[in-house]
Amino acid sequence: MSNNNESIGKTFFVVIGLCLICAIFVAASAVGLRPKQAENKLLDAQKNILVAVGMLEGTDIKAQFDKHVQVRLVNLDTGDFVDQDPLTYDYRKMMKDPTGSIKLDEKDDVAKIKTRANIAPVYLAYAEGVESKKVSFVVLPIHGYGLWSTMHGFIALDKDGNTIKGLNYYEHGETPGLGGEIQNPTWVAQFVGKKLLDDAGNPAIKILKPGNAIPTSASDVDGLSGATLTSKGVQNSFTFWAGAKGFAPFLTKVRQGALNNG
Amino acid sequence: MASAKEMKSLVFGPVFANNPIALQVLGICSALAVTTKLDKALVMGVALTLVTAFSSMFISMIRNHIPSSVRIIVQMTIIASLVIVVDQVLKAYAYNVAKELSVFVGLIITNCIVMGRAEAYAMKSPPLMSFLDGIGNGLGYTVLLVLVAVLRETLGSGTLLGYPLMPLVSAGGWYIPNGLMLMPPSAFFIIGGLIWALRTWRPEQQEKH
Repeated sequence: MSNNNESIGKTFFVVIGLCLICAIFVAASAVGLRPKQAENKLLDAQKNILVAVGMLEGTDIKAQFDKHVQVRLVNLDTGDFVDQDPLTYDYRKMMKDPTGSIKLDEKDDVAKIKTRANIAPVYLAYAEGVESKKVSFVVLPIHGYGLWSTMHGFIALDKDGNTIKGLNYYEHGETPGLGGEIQNPTWVAQFVGKKLLDDAGNPAIKILKPGNAIPTSASDVDGLSGATLTSKGVQNSFTFWAGAKGFAPFLTKVRQGALNNG
Repeated sequence: MASAKEMKSLVFGPVFANNPIALQVLGICSALAVTTKLDKALVMGVALTLVTAFSSMFISMIRNHIPSSVRIIVQMTIIASLVIVVDQVLKAYAYNVAKELSVFVGLIITNCIVMGRAEAYAMKSPPLMSFLDGIGNGLGYTVLLVLVAVLRETLGSGTLLGYPLMPLVSAGGWYIPNGLMLMPPSAFFIIGGLIWALRTWRPEQQEKH
């Protein structure tokens, strides 16, 4: 038996057979566990939103989220709320779907994301619970290309639609220790209190060379040292999503009172 | 069939007498990376134990049919598949730990302990013995990782499994955390210290000149 182990036929048979069996195992585990993983991902996203607005306390994330956060859909071109069930809307899928997104030409595509969904979810956070009808913060999902990867994050804005309350990058593939520091709480803390837009309503956040930002300035932030291109990617994401193709129309409506805050 | 005594030595031998990290100095990379927190070290230890045990068992089951020209590839395929399955399970049931372990679960594939046991033991031993050998070596790895992680977490963050053990100065307590303990080099010092202690206790492990 073991004498003909070395024959070409036997070698191919063993290798192909083994690959098939292993592939079945891997595929079965990936497909079988997907619903559970998706649930974890959703829970994680909800947690990240709560972190961005600083309302995370205790361990029951779902209950906290339901109590404090309301998901609404916004038409990015007009800036109006859309009456559609946010739970059935798959933002990640629509970004790439030609029927639900627009192609960005080179000039507009600051964040290097190629296409942009027409409708995006925004998260309205209520400090005193959703029933109070008093929106405290607005959380916007942003994404943009860094050095290696698309970086996904949430920006939390005060109800004025301009002052940054928190920033939370929750998914990225940047170099750990360098670009990965976009998740570093100390770095993120710099953004708190900065203005997303200038007086004319244009994107204002500027990420400077490390050490050049003056803490008291309205919109300047230090970049990450050792991560110039990642910092640039963050800058681009801010410029794009605060701009006309991003959330600017919506934020204008917010300033005009679209949140109906009594 | 092997005796119970032999089986016992397979499982418990690698813990102190023939520890894969302390004596063979294998699998150091992950030992540096995942030992800042005890929960990470525990999950990693369990993951590696399972992968080593099952990969050794499967490889041993087909050892008489593996052509020697492609044997490393065959071993890698089995190990890699198991690691992916473990990774998927962790993502489904221990999401937070899986996120922290990130790339290191995937890197079990290249962990020398898994490959070493497959090549050195499973290729010439029956399945049950190979399985026990895998469990034993995984156990040896886990014990060392846990020792290192307990030291690093208590001294570095003042906590154990996330529970505050020594109140930090920043939280109004008295303990100033040792930042070095959170850096990878500290694991080198600790592992070095443990190897020293182990070889003083068991002089037969000392290398002869």
